[in-house]
Amino acid sequence: MTGAALEARIAEWRGYVDRARAIDTAEAEELESHLRERIDELRDAGLDDDEAFLVAVGRLGAIDAISREFARTNSARLWKQLVAGAEPVERTRGSGIVSALLIGVVAAAVLQLIRLLSIGTLADDPTTTLFGRPADPTWLLRNAGLIPVAAVAAWLLVRRRPGLPIVLATVVPFVLVALAINLMPLAAPDAAGGLLSQSLLLTALHAPIACWLLVGLAYTATGWRSTARRMDLVRFTGEGFVYYVLIALGGQLLFALTAAILAPLARDAVAPLAEWGLLSLAVIAFPFAAWLVELKQSVIENIAPVLARTFTPLFAIVTVAGAAVYLALGATQPFNRELMIVFDAILVLALGLLLYNLSARSEGRATRFFDIAGLIGVIGALGLDAFVLADLVGRIGEYGWTPNRVAATGLNLLLFAVLAVAAVLSALHLAGRRPIAALERWLMGTLPAYSLWAAFVALVLPPLFGFV
Amino acid sequence: MRIDKDLVAAVATPLVLAILGEGRSYGYAILARVRELSGGELEWSDGMLYPLLHRLQALGLLTAEWGTSPEGRRRKYYAITEAGRRELAEQRSQWAAVTQTLDRLWERGGSSPLLGGA
Repeated sequence: MTGAALEARIAEWRGYVDRARAIDTAEAEELESHLRERIDELRDAGLDDDEAFLVAVGRLGAIDAISREFARTNSARLWKQLVAGAEPVERTRGSGIVSALLIGVVAAAVLQLIRLLSIGTLADDPTTTLFGRPADPTWLLRNAGLIPVAAVAAWLLVRRRPGLPIVLATVVPFVLVALAINLMPLAAPDAAGGLLSQSLLLTALHAPIACWLLVGLAYTATGWRSTARRMDLVRFTGEGFVYYVLIALGGQLLFALTAAILAPLARDAVAPLAEWGLLSLAVIAFPFAAWLVELKQSVIENIAPVLARTFTPLFAIVTVAGAAVYLALGATQPFNRELMIVFDAILVLALGLLLYNLSARSEGRATRFFDIAGLIGVIGALGLDAFVLADLVGRIGEYGWTPNRVAATGLNLLLFAVLAVAAVLSALHLAGRRPIAALERWLMGTLPAYSLWAAFVALVLPPLFGFV
Repeated sequence: MRIDKDLVAAVATPLVLAILGEGRSYGYAILARVRELSGGELEWSDGMLYPLLHRLQALGLLTAEWGTSPEGRRRKYYAITEAGRRELAEQRSQWAAVTQTLDRLWERGGSSPLLGGA
């Protein structure tokens, strides 16, 4: 019925559609089916093959425009849409590498200064004073996590210029958090170099997570309420994390080689090289990774969702097997904070897999498989957690609350609540009762809760417990 | 008369929901129905329908499944969901309010606004 020449032209057109990366295979097939239907109609009306093909393609419209429209319906695809450079987006301010490196260098310099002040006071003379106040050997610990986060936020603000209200809403709370953390009378390590205070470690660990909320504000800017923009923030965070880990691995390898080269000649140079070079580069790598994510988002397939898909089925197996073991053997052990942290980690992992599966979702048979595997993983993790949590929390009553126990238990409860609702929404989606958008809205809506909890642990818990 | 493209974009969602409210259908037939109902005055490039269908599907207003046409061609059929019907009712009352407002103005003001009828 259809001539070979026409088939060849349709195949050529289809090849062009397939290259538009925002249009997936099923959608391309649907468009082709439409094209064929239109061609048939036109030929019935008396046009020859060539004319019918040209008119039908014309009626369908420019593939670039359709591709952009598809990308807009699914912002996941916006991330890999602009390969052909159909639409120059925000190319006005260069790539941002200069500002990223500059901010990185400044951040590294600040950290080195703090390191010199705190190490100096710790090693030489614990009674050193600075500007008339006793110097504090815990400065490095207090600020080490905060400075890289500040660098990323600063770079985003410089790059995006979101307008004064957003800049102030980012910078002012950041400065307040930094002041609070540095002025809090958290106990230094005791004279014998013994244990650090719980509160100091908790604050140091949680402050960067709390401040990630402000990075999120700098990233989403005026769109901070929008679910789609928050999803972009999740992608940005995941990709940035992957890039950073890769850079860190490469950096350590390079440093090990450098140390091996230097060792025979100048053994003394290795330690300062680590303290000055490696530490500085570790800080500079933060805004650099952020720059890489922004640069590459349109060029390559995102890595975090690929990892999430790889590990989702394995995670489902692990949690279900773990829950089975606990059910069979029973879980009666003394309260153990390490165990609580392990379960926190399992729930964080479950949440991460859920988020990154969602962040690059497209309809299809494989997607359903991963949705089901993800749901099993989440249910397994929740079951495992519920089993242990009840036991552990019951025992905390006997042993009393400490900042560490509050922090670990609170995080566990928060993650449990978010994941439990997410599991219900995911099951309803699989049953065809709720759209996937409901799950997305829930997970994005609860996104600030993690940072707010971290802020509570970093800033409110220490005074509540008398800075122990 | 050609209808302005912003206006076409605004009516696209209620139009598609209302057509699917009549029964399940597929892309090509939806466009044919739009042309038939509007006498050819309301048209957009064919391809733009599909991103819209997918957006409505992602919002849970439509469901989609692959089927086969009588001639054996693969087609994707769309059907409206309960949420889609609720959205359609909502859109319908909004559009009714808009057209009613304009109607009142234009009926009272006579045929030409330049005459300053009021």
